[in-house]
This record gives sequence, structure tokens and C-alpha cells, in this order.
Amino acid sequence: MKKWECIVCGFVYDEAEGWPDDGIAPGTPWEDVPEDWLCPDCGVGKADFEMVEVG
Amino acid sequence: MDPIVIVGTGLAGYTLAREFRKLDSQTPLVLITSDDGRNYSKPMLSTGFAKNKDADALAMQSPEVMAEQLNARILTFTQAMAIDRAGKKLLLDNGSEEPYGRLVLALGAEVVKPPVSGDALDKVFSINDLQDYDRFRKALPASGKVAILGAGLIGCEFANDLRSGGHDVSVVAPSSKVMPGLLPEEAADAVQSALTDLGVEFHLERFGTEVNNTSAGVSLTLDNDERLDADIVVSAVGLRPRVALAEDAGLKVNKGIVVNRRLATNDPDVFALGDCAEVDGLNLLYVMPLMSCARALAKTLVGESTPVAYGAMLVTVKTPACPVVVAPPADDSGEWKVEHVEGGLRILNMCAGELQGYVLTGNAVSERMQLNKQLPALLP
Repeated sequence: MKKWECIVCGFVYDEAEGWPDDGIAPGTPWEDVPEDWLCPDCGVGKADFEMVEVG
Repeated sequence: MDPIVIVGTGLAGYTLAREFRKLDSQTPLVLITSDDGRNYSKPMLSTGFAKNKDADALAMQSPEVMAEQLNARILTFTQAMAIDRAGKKLLLDNGSEEPYGRLVLALGAEVVKPPVSGDALDKVFSINDLQDYDRFRKALPASGKVAILGAGLIGCEFANDLRSGGHDVSVVAPSSKVMPGLLPEEAADAVQSALTDLGVEFHLERFGTEVNNTSAGVSLTLDNDERLDADIVVSAVGLRPRVALAEDAGLKVNKGIVVNRRLATNDPDVFALGDCAEVDGLNLLYVMPLMSCARALAKTLVGESTPVAYGAMLVTVKTPACPVVVAPPADDSGEWKVEHVEGGLRILNMCAGELQGYVLTGNAVSERMQLNKQLPALLP
């Protein structure tokens, strides 16, 4: 399981935790997060994320 | 090769530079900023107190690191004074000139000054960038009392954040509801009630007239002569696009700097994006349009002329006391239909049976992904 940080807004996606609020189950790899999912912090779509691995 | 010069290193300037460098690693790139040039995410300024992050913690990269990553020259603490369009150069406040092949204005928006008088105006802070945030944070005592002028999106976000950070907060605004223009009244009431439960005190249909020093801090006088004691005042009464540099250079300006779908002004070598730009009639001070513009403009700048398109636009209001997601309708032709759901509100804006926008509060925010699929694009 990896952790990703978006260099645009600092949002962190932790694969172990997923994002249950939007139906993304714990354990979902970043690459499997749906394309139409939106950043909870700044509202942009997945294509706008600039993810770097942070852990 | 003639350099590309970007004025501004906020989210618009740095995102454009990053997108451009993905496509072109060679053309000289210069970024000019009047502040310290640190890279940070502006939306995060609204959650810094609850997360206990000071300005240094919110800064993601220094300008030196950005310069290296972007293979760019970054001039910090430098103000662009004028554009010499005939000579294709920018005149700077240090007396030097910066020649450009193409110029991009990513100037952002400036705060509207509140119409208050008094002897303590130095205790009235606006928080519009990382340096403002730093000054404010240093001036605010622990468990301090804050009076916020304005109950719009930013005023409400700061109220929630400062209260969560352990401060006493009162909000003063002339409107009868919070976030007028963005939220229908049922949603506004839900936010106000959740913030009130959190301990935020509201003085709506009131405005501040004076801020004066007292022995204990400051006193904010309202239009009904009521006085609120505070340590510090935050003004969040509004933003307006920075257009002066463009206007003085004879570029077309309306609410923002007028650009077409290719982000070009009436001078084909001068472009604008972000909060300062009015793109095909739309001046939107949000992240999504800015990102779409940065990606389209990067392509145009490398010779692949690309008109920008916006999909649906979502605004997340950072009031954790009452989570809110808004998809503002493009116009007021639709009607709001309010439904109460378990622990929240689902408010849909419908026109002729089609979804035009929505407001979701509380538990209902989890429906956003489903609803987004039905929303029309803002700029198809």
C-alpha cells in the first residue's frame, strides 16, 4: 500500500485508507480510483492530480 | 528563443509553468512575483488553524527548488510596473526590463478593503496569500478573539477554522444569510446553525463602521452602535481580479482581463489565466477553471493552439461543522428543489427536467459523484 501527495494542493491519498466518503474502499490503489473522482480539497478531477509517492 | 514570461507564482502561474515544461524543456521561462515565491496551495489557507499548520508548514517548495524543477528563472519580491507591448518587454520596479516573446498574466485577485475607519486599522487583516497568513498567525494571540467581517465562502471557512483552532469568533455581515449568491437559504441556515453550535457568534444584517484600540485589544463598532471586543479583525468582504497592469497597457478589461478560449488578450502575444482572467465571459475564482486553463494554455504556448473547455465545476466549502459541496448553476433559469435527507440536505437546481446544479450538505455530500455525471459542462 502506498501514500500519494498531490503537489498542487497537498492532498494526501492513503491507499490503505481509501476514501470511504466517496465509496472508494480501503485498499484501493491510486491507479484504480475512478477518473471522475474529485479532489475533496480543491474540486479538480483525477486528471489534474500531480501525485508523488510519499510513503 | 524568445522567453516566456509569467507574472505571478500562485496556483495559476506555477501550474502553467509545470504544464508547459512537460511539453517544452528548452524555451527560456521566467516567473516574476511580488512575494517570496514559495509554492503553496491557496485553498489550504482556510484549514491551517484546525490542522495547526503555520505558514512554513503550508509552504511546499522554496522558489529555489521551484526554479530548479521548472528550469526557470524566478524573480521574487519584484513588481511588474508596466507592459511595453510595442517593445515586448516588462518594466520592473527595480528599474530593469524583462523582454518577452509571449507574456502570461497570472496576477490573481486582490482583496476588497472594508469601508471601516478608526485608529486600529493595523489590526484589520486580510488573508489572501501565504505571507498574509503568516502575518495574521503571528499577530493572533493563543485563544484570541477574532471578529470576521464578511459571511461569504472565505468568511465562513475562516470562522470554522479559527473556532476549531481554539479561538473565539464572531462574524459580522450585511447579508441576512451566510454565503448569499452561492447557497440557497435552506443550506445557508444549515451552515449558520452548525457554526453557531460550534460557538461562532453571528451578527448578520450588520456592518462594521470603526475599529479602535482599547486597553485590552480592539473594539469593532457596528452600524447599530453595538461594540464587539476582539484581539484582531479579519476582513473577508470580497475579492476582485487584478486588472490594473493589463488595463494600463491598453488591454481589454471587463470584470477580469478579457481573454478568448485560447486565453489570449486582444494582444496575441499576451495571455491571462486564473483569478485575474475573464475567459469567454466567465471570471471564476476557483481551482478547476484555473487548472483547465493552465493545461490548454501550455499546449497553445508550444504551438498546438488549444481552446479551453470547462466541465462541471464543483466548489467544496471547507466548513467541517457542516460539509457543503456546491455545483453552481450557470444561470438563474432553474429552480431550487429542497429535499431533507438523513443528516443533511439535497438541493437540486432543475430547469426543464435537467439538472443544472446542486447544493449538498452534511451526509448528502456523498451523493456528489453520482450527481456530477448528470451536470452540464460549464464551457463545453
